[in-house]
Amino acid sequence: MAASNRKPMDKKKKERLELLGSYTVIAIMFVIILYPLAWALGLSLNAGTSLYGSAFIPQEPTLEHYRWLFFDERSDYLIWYRNTLIVAFSVTVIATFITGLTAYAFSRYRFVGRKNGLYAFLLLQMFPVLMAMVALYILLNTVGLLDNLIGLILVYIGFAIPMNAFLVKGYFDTIPRELDESAKIDGAGHLRIFFQIMLPLAKPILAVVALFNFMAPFMDFILPRIVLRSPENFTLALGLFNFVNDEFSNNFTRFAAGAILVAVPIAVVYLFLQRYLISGLTAGATKG
Amino acid sequence: MAANNQHDSGMKLVNPKHNPTVAALLSIIPGLGQGYNKRFVKGAALFILFAAFVFAFIDFLSEGLQGLVTLGVEQGQDDSRVFISNGILAVILLTFFIGFYAMNIRDAFKDAKRIQLGWQVPNIREGFKNAWDTGFPYLIIGPGFILLVFVVIFPLLFMVTLAFTNYNLYNAPPGNLLEWVGFSNFAALFSIEEWRTTFINVLSWTLVWTFVATTLQIALALFLATIVNDPRIKFKKLIRTVFILPWAVPAFTTIIIFSAMFNDNFGVINTGLIAPLFGDGVPWMTDATYTRIAIIMIQVWLGFPFVYALFTGVLQSISSDWYEAADIDGASRVQKFRHITFPHVMFATGPLLIMQYSFNFNNFNIIYLFNQGGPAVRGQTAGGTDILISWIYGLTFENQQFSMAAAISIILGLLVAGFAFFMFRRSRSFKEEGTF
Repeated sequence: MAASNRKPMDKKKKERLELLGSYTVIAIMFVIILYPLAWALGLSLNAGTSLYGSAFIPQEPTLEHYRWLFFDERSDYLIWYRNTLIVAFSVTVIATFITGLTAYAFSRYRFVGRKNGLYAFLLLQMFPVLMAMVALYILLNTVGLLDNLIGLILVYIGFAIPMNAFLVKGYFDTIPRELDESAKIDGAGHLRIFFQIMLPLAKPILAVVALFNFMAPFMDFILPRIVLRSPENFTLALGLFNFVNDEFSNNFTRFAAGAILVAVPIAVVYLFLQRYLISGLTAGATKG
Repeated sequence: MAANNQHDSGMKLVNPKHNPTVAALLSIIPGLGQGYNKRFVKGAALFILFAAFVFAFIDFLSEGLQGLVTLGVEQGQDDSRVFISNGILAVILLTFFIGFYAMNIRDAFKDAKRIQLGWQVPNIREGFKNAWDTGFPYLIIGPGFILLVFVVIFPLLFMVTLAFTNYNLYNAPPGNLLEWVGFSNFAALFSIEEWRTTFINVLSWTLVWTFVATTLQIALALFLATIVNDPRIKFKKLIRTVFILPWAVPAFTTIIIFSAMFNDNFGVINTGLIAPLFGDGVPWMTDATYTRIAIIMIQVWLGFPFVYALFTGVLQSISSDWYEAADIDGASRVQKFRHITFPHVMFATGPLLIMQYSFNFNNFNIIYLFNQGGPAVRGQTAGGTDILISWIYGLTFENQQFSMAAAISIILGLLVAGFAFFMFRRSRSFKEEGTF
């Protein structure tokens, strides 16, 4: 009697312990994830500019660094923001359009060189941009696009094409061919099919691709570092990097303030659109 | 005999006198073969196009190719780098020219063959329409392709050629002329002690780094996803949002923040955590082993959220029938995980997980931003945490060892290409390519 009574008790206890264990793990992860982010936020509210002597919870929190970024005449922060937006918008519009066209051709037409082209895309998207840096520097120098946003935009577009075209091509492949074939029978031309049938149907993946193209200039510092020279041409990431690159610990609180102003909008967008972003990437990788 | 012939070709020759070989041979002068096929407008257009191309580019081509051989003659005046880039452009142009030339001959041959079989040459309007139809895919690929050639392919080729020259700090254009040195950079990399040990150190750390960081990232994600997927856990949405946060915040900012937190002297990890517990700080930035541990931990922090999100999606899609059936058979939790959860998750996300490995293999940002590849190691150009790609960066932009950097880039490229080839063969889309 006693034995049969103890068993379910044990099971219940075990389950509770288990659940407690799970919540403990989750709580520890919360701390590990949130602490660095909160720490950066706390530091950005410190009065001094140096890392040494700044506290996680400052005694007198101040928005001084944010004010400095926006209003001090020595600060180029707003110019960097504008530059980054220019680059991001141009890259998004042009690269998305070009990849749409390219993917359409690879998905719907059979032409000489198609298969090799696909192989080349797969291969090229695996090479890191860094490998081409020296040559890009010399190339942009020869055509006079060094230290120029247009040069940066062109390079971003070029490197976005292989990977994006693959994602979009994979999506186009899932759109039934009967749709465009019947349109063709009805007399629609190549371009009309592209603009009126394929593009509207591929909106989800195009949105994902556009978003990634838009975000890239906000997060990349290395390409701007090689292409851009003068501070008034910097993008945000490069400008912020230079804050800490010159004298790491002496500008840190200012860097933290600037970084938070970049990170918050991006993080919000990512959190809102995460499901689309992840499903877009999944679809592209497994179907493309 | 005639019957035999018919049997051979499988079709009846309507114009046996029209000879495809003649058409192809005439096309050695572009357009003539098309003229022989009585497609005069097409022939004329081709002839004019080719003639114009030859007139416009003949000088550039011959000078470019010549320059590629000599790399400049007058010291201090000729910039070898310009010679190389013009030479590569000439080679690219020439490749296109040869391609079009071959297509022109093929076109004449094919048309002639069809005429032989009784095909009627279309009139000009139809001809244009056909050209528009077959040319359309090339036309829309055009802009992207041209950009790709200039921005991606040209620079990669340039890098490849640099590996076979003597471009370094002491012999740099425009002051000096470059020379072709064959494979001696590669030979030096493997025969000179200093280079060889550095290369082996960096390569082995690159592989260890890729394997350990990525695998930990995936393991942590799988562990957390399984825990949170438990139906008894509440606040799933909040948990997911927080867990995805490291992915949503731009990595370059978080890496710099971490690098401040790990600072040896006044970083919060040492002053707030390690010192109170163990009495002494850990040299995160100055001891290579600790730096390696630190960046692996940071990469796990940065990289697990994306994999976690993927896994959660898959876990939710596994039908509960599987688990119910396993319960009836009396399977333990470990068995259920091993035989149901794990295979499902791996099958659904396999290619993406492999991409994670290849991403970390070239993960320049974390290495460079955390400690610029450091701490420095005596007697070698690579720091203690430099992986191949960051070593190449350092050689190029800090030590100006351009040729050596290019040679190592080629080795890196071969590794990447080999890996990519392995991926192609497994990729489903290429197996299915022929089916539609």
